[in-house]
Amino acid sequence: MMMNNTLRNQCKTLPGSVITGKWHKNNYKIIKELGFGANGIVYLAENNRQYVALKLSDNGVSIISEMNILKAFSKVQGSVLGPSFLEADDYVKNGKTMPFYVMEYIKGDGYLDFIQKKGTSWMGVFMLQLLSSLSVLHKQGWIFGDLKPENLIVTLPAYKVRCIDVGGTTLTGRSIKEFTEFFDRGYWGMGSRKADPQYDLFAVAMIMINSSYPKRFQKKGEGYTQLKEMIKQNKDLLTYQPILDKALSGKYSSADEMRNDLIGFLSRHSSKKKAPVSGQTGNASKTRQARRAQNYKQKSRIKRKYGALETVLLVTIVSLLYILYIYGQLL
Amino acid sequence: MKPGTLRQILLITDGCSNQGEDPAAMAALAREQGITVNVIGVMENDVIDENGMKEIESVALSGGGVSQIVYSQALSQTVQMVTRKAMTQTIQGVVNKELQQILGNSVTMEDLPPEKRGEVMEVVDELGETSKLEVLVLVDTSASMKHKLPTVKDALLDLSLSMNARLGDNQFSVFVFPGKKNDVEKLLNWTPKLEVLTKVFPKLTTGGITPTGPAIKEALDYFDQKRSLRGLLSDDDEQYFEESV
Repeated sequence: MMMNNTLRNQCKTLPGSVITGKWHKNNYKIIKELGFGANGIVYLAENNRQYVALKLSDNGVSIISEMNILKAFSKVQGSVLGPSFLEADDYVKNGKTMPFYVMEYIKGDGYLDFIQKKGTSWMGVFMLQLLSSLSVLHKQGWIFGDLKPENLIVTLPAYKVRCIDVGGTTLTGRSIKEFTEFFDRGYWGMGSRKADPQYDLFAVAMIMINSSYPKRFQKKGEGYTQLKEMIKQNKDLLTYQPILDKALSGKYSSADEMRNDLIGFLSRHSSKKKAPVSGQTGNASKTRQARRAQNYKQKSRIKRKYGALETVLLVTIVSLLYILYIYGQLL
Repeated sequence: MKPGTLRQILLITDGCSNQGEDPAAMAALAREQGITVNVIGVMENDVIDENGMKEIESVALSGGGVSQIVYSQALSQTVQMVTRKAMTQTIQGVVNKELQQILGNSVTMEDLPPEKRGEVMEVVDELGETSKLEVLVLVDTSASMKHKLPTVKDALLDLSLSMNARLGDNQFSVFVFPGKKNDVEKLLNWTPKLEVLTKVFPKLTTGGITPTGPAIKEALDYFDQKRSLRGLLSDDDEQYFEESV
């Protein structure tokens, strides 16, 4: 979209070449290009026989902000969402200084690719993982900001969702600087661009919508009406409708709350596959609960029956052995 | 550092000027007064010719700002990105100047080790979030812009959404050129919110000429009026960032 080819040409580095840091003197052997963003190119590189991801830029300013965020992110205890920060340095080539930073290399499939290959049934699990990571982040006063499938990677063999670009992360209460229209609350006219937990939860809902509409769609007219219509038109999304609606309209107070709803929904959904979809949820859950209680009673009755049988069997065997013993003694 | 006021002119156009002063010279004049000039060239199906491109670049360059050519679909994101980039650039210029006073003439942020640079950048980001911002938007309404105007309106609403999420205060005003009678016409007085545009924009008529230079010149006067007016009302001496890149 934007014409920024000069950047690409300037920091284009051929595979096989070695980048040496000006300050820390570490060597990185470039293996291949992993991706290209607004602020620079990310390469797969090797240092001391370890794979790392290296981001090289010709624009010192924006990459430094990004590096600061990544550093702060690495300090968030218990969050494994983003890559860990390794070091920052400068690469001098033909007299021109290009800053770079090095981070952990996260290997895996892109989120949308994975969902398309393995089916939307994985979506729920990944969203649960994402929500618990977000919960940790939010509690430390950060909002992720630019949450989108392109930034999510499913690592194997753990099947864990992680994020490769944390550049949009913002302190709570500040303004969101980096965003992608489809996942941005402001674009859909559903709220401000102030960083709050609801901003991220809106994006989570949009990722779920994007999972069922891989090609996305543009805003036409009133945003909320359109989104509700798109949810109605898709079978997979319709089942999540109450949760999506709450997340889109900013009614969840925290990531945990949304996660609890989702977990409740997923377990209900898997225990009873033909759950009524469009019925009144309150009523439906009541009957479901009642049924579950009934199930439990039946199960325990069966258990008790088995228990009695066991006792009888044990007593018979023991008395049989005793009789045999007495018989032997008598002879 | 105390947050001051960042002043910008945002020029949205789709081609070359054809009347009055050289726009690049007027942009240079703006820069001398501490006002940054950013230019966005909007394309739709048409392509901006070489002269237009050159002018867009040279206006931004002499105005100490940022220029970007985009297709109209990407306008919203570009407007906010260009505004932010120019803000950072201006603040960085000020910070560099301070650094030079402390560390000697030739030192800039780039010469610091990465860790120190990160700390300086934190200050720059902090100022970008808390500074006051004044943006005067200049919209080219020559005939070829006619069908791009709805997109321009959306992009400006989007800009006010982005900027009003900041902690610092914002003031926007909108001018169009050519105006009905003069080279430039004021559409919207200084206001923190651009929502009013929804009512004013559809009524716009487009004209034939493109007096970009005179438009920038008049915009400068308008900044001055605001300053002197404020001087009359209260005597707090406001800090303005002076460009020094």
